[in-house]
Amino acid sequence: MKQQLEAIRKNALDAILGAEKSEDLETLRVQYLGKKGELTAVLKQMGKLSAEERPVIGQLANEVRSKLEATIEERGHALAEKAMELKMLAETVDVTIPGTQPKIGKKHPMYQVLDEIKDIFIGMGFEILEDREVELAEYNFTKLNVEEGHPAREWSDTFYFTEDSSILLRTQTSPMQIHAMENKQLPIRILAPGRVYRKDEVDATHSPMFHQIEGMAIDKNITMADLKGTLNEVVQQLYGEGTVTRFRPHHFPFTEPSCEMDIQCHKCHGKGCPTCKGEGWIEVLGAGMIHPKVLEGCGIDSTVYSGWAFGMGLERMALGHFKISDLRLIFENDVRFLEQF
Amino acid sequence: MILSRNWLNEFVDLHDISDKEFNDEMTLSGSKVETIERPCNEIKNVVVGKILEMVRHENSDHMWVCQIDVGQGKPLQIVTGAQNQKVGDLVVVCLDNSDLPGGKHISAGALRGVESLGMCCSYKELGMTEHDWPLSFEDGLFVLQSDPDIMAMNPQPGDDINKLIGTNDSIVEFEITPNRPDCLSVIGLAREASATFSRPLKLHTPKVKGCGGSIADLVDIEIEDGELCPRYTARMVKNVKIAPSPAWMRERLRNSGVRPINNIVDITNYVMLEYGQPMHAFDFSCVEGGKIIVRTAREGEVIQTLDGNDRKLTPNMLCICDESKPVCVAGVMGGANSEIVGDTAMVLFESANFNGVSVRRTASALGMRTDASSRYEKGLDMMNTIKAVERACELVEELGCGEVVDGVMDVIAKEKAPTVVKLEPEKINRLLGTELPESLMREILLSLGFTLDGDDIYVPSWRGDVEHYSDIAEEVARFYGYNKIPNTLMRGETTRGGFTETQEFERSVGSAVRALGYDEIITYSFISPTYYDKIRMPEDSPLRKSLKILNPLGEDTSIMRTTILPSMLEIITRNYNFRNKSARLYELGKIYLPRPDGLADEPKFLSLGAYGDGIDFFGFKGSIEAMLREVRICDVKFAACTDNASYHPGRCAKIYAGERELGVFGQIHPMVAANYGIDAEIYTAEIAFDALCATRGGVPVYQPLPKFPAVTRDIAVVCEEAVTVGDLEACIRRGAKGLLKNVTLFDIYRGPGIALGKKSVAFSLVLRADDRSLTSEEADEDMKSILALLESELDAHLR
Repeated sequence: MKQQLEAIRKNALDAILGAEKSEDLETLRVQYLGKKGELTAVLKQMGKLSAEERPVIGQLANEVRSKLEATIEERGHALAEKAMELKMLAETVDVTIPGTQPKIGKKHPMYQVLDEIKDIFIGMGFEILEDREVELAEYNFTKLNVEEGHPAREWSDTFYFTEDSSILLRTQTSPMQIHAMENKQLPIRILAPGRVYRKDEVDATHSPMFHQIEGMAIDKNITMADLKGTLNEVVQQLYGEGTVTRFRPHHFPFTEPSCEMDIQCHKCHGKGCPTCKGEGWIEVLGAGMIHPKVLEGCGIDSTVYSGWAFGMGLERMALGHFKISDLRLIFENDVRFLEQF
Repeated sequence: MILSRNWLNEFVDLHDISDKEFNDEMTLSGSKVETIERPCNEIKNVVVGKILEMVRHENSDHMWVCQIDVGQGKPLQIVTGAQNQKVGDLVVVCLDNSDLPGGKHISAGALRGVESLGMCCSYKELGMTEHDWPLSFEDGLFVLQSDPDIMAMNPQPGDDINKLIGTNDSIVEFEITPNRPDCLSVIGLAREASATFSRPLKLHTPKVKGCGGSIADLVDIEIEDGELCPRYTARMVKNVKIAPSPAWMRERLRNSGVRPINNIVDITNYVMLEYGQPMHAFDFSCVEGGKIIVRTAREGEVIQTLDGNDRKLTPNMLCICDESKPVCVAGVMGGANSEIVGDTAMVLFESANFNGVSVRRTASALGMRTDASSRYEKGLDMMNTIKAVERACELVEELGCGEVVDGVMDVIAKEKAPTVVKLEPEKINRLLGTELPESLMREILLSLGFTLDGDDIYVPSWRGDVEHYSDIAEEVARFYGYNKIPNTLMRGETTRGGFTETQEFERSVGSAVRALGYDEIITYSFISPTYYDKIRMPEDSPLRKSLKILNPLGEDTSIMRTTILPSMLEIITRNYNFRNKSARLYELGKIYLPRPDGLADEPKFLSLGAYGDGIDFFGFKGSIEAMLREVRICDVKFAACTDNASYHPGRCAKIYAGERELGVFGQIHPMVAANYGIDAEIYTAEIAFDALCATRGGVPVYQPLPKFPAVTRDIAVVCEEAVTVGDLEACIRRGAKGLLKNVTLFDIYRGPGIALGKKSVAFSLVLRADDRSLTSEEADEDMKSILALLESELDAHLR
C-alpha cells in the first residue's frame, strides 16, 4: 500500500504540475481526491491493514492528500495568473492613440480678460455695474462736462437716434459714472464695463462697436495718491508683480487733474522696441480725479466728497494679452479663432 | 505739433539737454512726445567739395571726371553725369561709405571704367525740394554758390553738409491735448519747457519801424457777427517785393513740417508756428472797396479757395469779405481771388480771433482741415492777435520785403475778462494727497505765466483751460511731478463689493453652456433692417419696430436689434462659409426694444446655435435640458411651436419653467437657412435671460439616498401617432399611486405588428417605497393603475 500511495503521489504531482488549464486541474482533483478517486480507493483498503501499519499508512495517506490539495491550489493560482496575463496581453492598447475628448466650449478671449479684471476689482471691494447703451446726450456728454459744440458730439463721430441729438448710442462707459452718482449711496466703488459705439469704419484697429471698462471710487478724502496706489495695484495683479508704471498728465473733460498710465514695456524694459513702438512704455488707461463740476452736477458736495475714475479699452487689452494682430478677429467669431484661447 | 529744437532754443536754451531727456521730461510734464527725429542721422559722410578740375569722360559723351577738393589734402576723383557745374563751384560730395535719406548708401566704384571715389549730389538726393532751395538748380548738382545764405556761412571744402542745410536739428512731434491750443506754437512749448527744465524763458517783443501813412486811410474793417469773430486785427504792407524767404526761415518751416512758398506767405506761417496765431495775407489790390467785412456767407455764395477748388458756402459759414464777395473762409483757407502772387504790391495781414466751433464745423463741412483751422477749432487766445501781427510786420522789415504802413486796425467785438481763481493750498494738497508747500505752488504758477496778487491767481489769457481750483491742482501736480505723488490705498469706509446674484447667475449660465461644448461669441448690437425679412419675421410683428440710427455707418448696421437670432445666424453663416465642419456657439447679448420715451428696454437673451457634427433636434434639446438643469431651473416643460416662421414648423418648441415661457428653440426653417445660403440643419435657441433668472431654483435641499431596493418594470403601449411622449409620461406619473420614482423613455417603434397610424412607445418605470422593500404585488398595484389611466385617457394599450 505504501508503494501504491507513493505511486499515486508521484503520478498525481506530475499530472498536476503538467496541467495547463484550470479545467484539467479539476479533472485531476476528481481523479485522485474525489469520492471515486484513486487515493480514496486506496484508503478504502485501510481496513485490511494491521494495527501497527494503519497509523503509519494513515499518516502517509493524509500527507499525500494534503500535498496534492496544496499543489492543486498552487497550480490553480499559477494558471489563473497566467491566464490573466494572456488576457491583458490581448487587451493591450496603443496609448498614443488620441483619447475621446468631450468638447468644452470657450469663453470669448475678450471676456476672459474682462473677467480677470472684474475679479481684481471685486477683490478690492468694488461692485460691477451695467447700464443702458441707448443713452441720453445729457448723460453721455453734458453731465460729464462735455459742452455743446465739443467735437465728440458731432454727427460724424456719434450715432444718434433723434434729430435734436438728445438720444444716442453711448460713446463711452462714463455715463455709468453719472448713473452711479445719482442712484447709489456713498461711498461708491464701481467697475462698469460695457459696449460703446463710435462712428469708426471697421479696420484692423477700429470697430464701430467696442468695449470700455470704467472704474470709479467716491468717498470722503479720496486723493490722487489713492488713484495712483489703486491703479498701480491693479496693474501689478494684471501684468505681474514688479510691473513698472508711470503717470503722465493728460486731458479728459470730466476729470481734473487727468492722467494717462503707462506700463514699462515688458519686452525691452523701457529701452524701446517694436512692441512699444520704440517708446519704452505702453499706454494702458486714462484716469483722473472726478471734476468737482461733475460731482456737483450729480448732487454730490465736492467740498466733502472727492473721487477718482479711470477708463480703458478692453479690445486693446485683449489684443495685447493674446497678441492678436487684428481687431476684426474679435467680432468675426470664427471657431478656429475662438477655440485657441 | 511739429517742433524744431533749434527754434525752441531761441526762447529757452536747452542745447545741453539730450533728445532722450527732452522726450522724457516733456512727456511727464504733459507735452507728450510722439517721435524725435534728427534728419542729419540720415545724411552721413556728406561734405562740401570744391571742383578743381573737370575733364570729359573717355568712354562717355555726357559724363565728367572731376577732381574735387574735400579738405583731405589730396583731391578726390569723382565721375558725374551732371552738366550744371563748373570749375571753382562748391558742390555736395558723398564720400565713399556715405548715407543719404531713404537709406541710400554710396560707395566708391567705377563708372564706365573710370574710378569714382564718391558721388556729387543734388538737393533732391538730400531729401529736399525746390521749395527749400528756390534759388538753386533742381535737376543737377547742388551748387552752393547759388544760394547767398549758404555762402554767408562761408562753407569750406570738407565741411559737414548738415551744418549748412539745416538738417542738424531735432524735429519733435508732440501729441497736444485739445485743451492746450497754446502749445501748438514754439512759444507755448517754450513756456512749458522753461517750467519743465527750470530754465529762463526769453520772450521777444516785436518792433516795427513803419514807413508813415495810416492804415485807417486805406482800409475799413467791420465785424458783423461778434460771436463768431470776437477780434480782428490787421496791418498793411506796401511796396511788397515777393521773393523766396531766406534759408534760415525756410529751414525752420521745413523742420516744422511746413513747405516754404514765398516771403510773405512764409512769414504768415512762421508767425503761426511761433505764436500759435494763424495769419492770413491778402493781396489788397483784390479787396474791392478797401473794405473788410467779417460776416456769414450768403445763400449761394461760392469761393475758389487757394487749393483751386470751388467751395459752395452756406449761411452758417463765417467769411472775410470785401464789399461784394468773400475773399477768405474765416480761419480755414484764403480765396484764390486775393492770393499773394509774384506781382502783389499791397498786402493786408489778418490776425484774427474766430469762434472755434464755427471754424471746426465750416472746415469739416468743406472737407478741408488746415493748420489754421485745427488751431482755431480749439479756441485761441484773443490777446495774441496784436503780438502776431506785429511780429509779421517786424519780419517784413527784417527780410526787406515791403514797407509797413503805420497804424494797426484792431476791432474788438467781444471782450473777455481775465479769469481769477483763488489759491487754496490745503484744498490742492487734499485733492492730490500731498503736503506741498504753498511757496512751491506759487513758483510753479509764476513759471507758467500766471500772475499772483495775494491769494488771487490771474490766469493768463492763453490758458482758457484753467478756471477752477482743480485746474490749478493739475498745474501744480504736473510740475511737481505726477510720479512723485505717493501711491496710497484708499482708506475710509469699507465697501462690500462683489457680484450681484444676477451677475453670478450669468456666470453660471456661461459655464454651463461652455461645459456642453458651446463657444462664446460677441456680435454687433446693430443689424440691417433687411435681416427681419431674412429670418421671415411676420410683417406685423411688433419686433419690426426697432430704434433707427439716423447717421449709421451703413445700412447693415443701421438699426438696433430687437431679436438676437440674426446675429447668431450671421456668425453661423460665417463659420459655415469658412468651411468649419461644425460649430456650437452661444452669446449672452442684449436686444433693444424701443420705449415711448425714446430710450430702449435692453433685456439680455441667451442665444445658442449649432450645426454639423451630427447634431439633431434631440441632441440640441438635450444640451438645453442639461443647461437648464445645471443652472437649477425647475419644472421644465416643452411644447410644440408651429407658428414661429423662423423655425421648422415640425421641429420647434417653446421652453417653459412651470407656467413661465423661457424661450424657443428648434431647427431653423429651411427657407431661412436658404436665405443665409446654408444647406444644412441649423439649430438655434433664444432664451430670455430675465425669465431664466426669475425661475432659477434656490439652494438644493438634500434628498436621503434610497435605503430599500427598487422594482423596475418596462412597459410598451400602443397608441395613436398624435399622442405625444410628453402626454404619455404625464399620464404615467398621474396614474401611479405614489411609488413611481422615475420614468424613462427607451423606445418608439412603428412597423410590422403595429397598425398603421399607431406607434408603440416603451418606458422603463422605477418604483420604490422609502420605508420598506417593495413586494411584487405592491408594484403590480401601481402598474395596474397606471395602465388603466393610459387606456382611459389616451387610448393607449399595453402591447
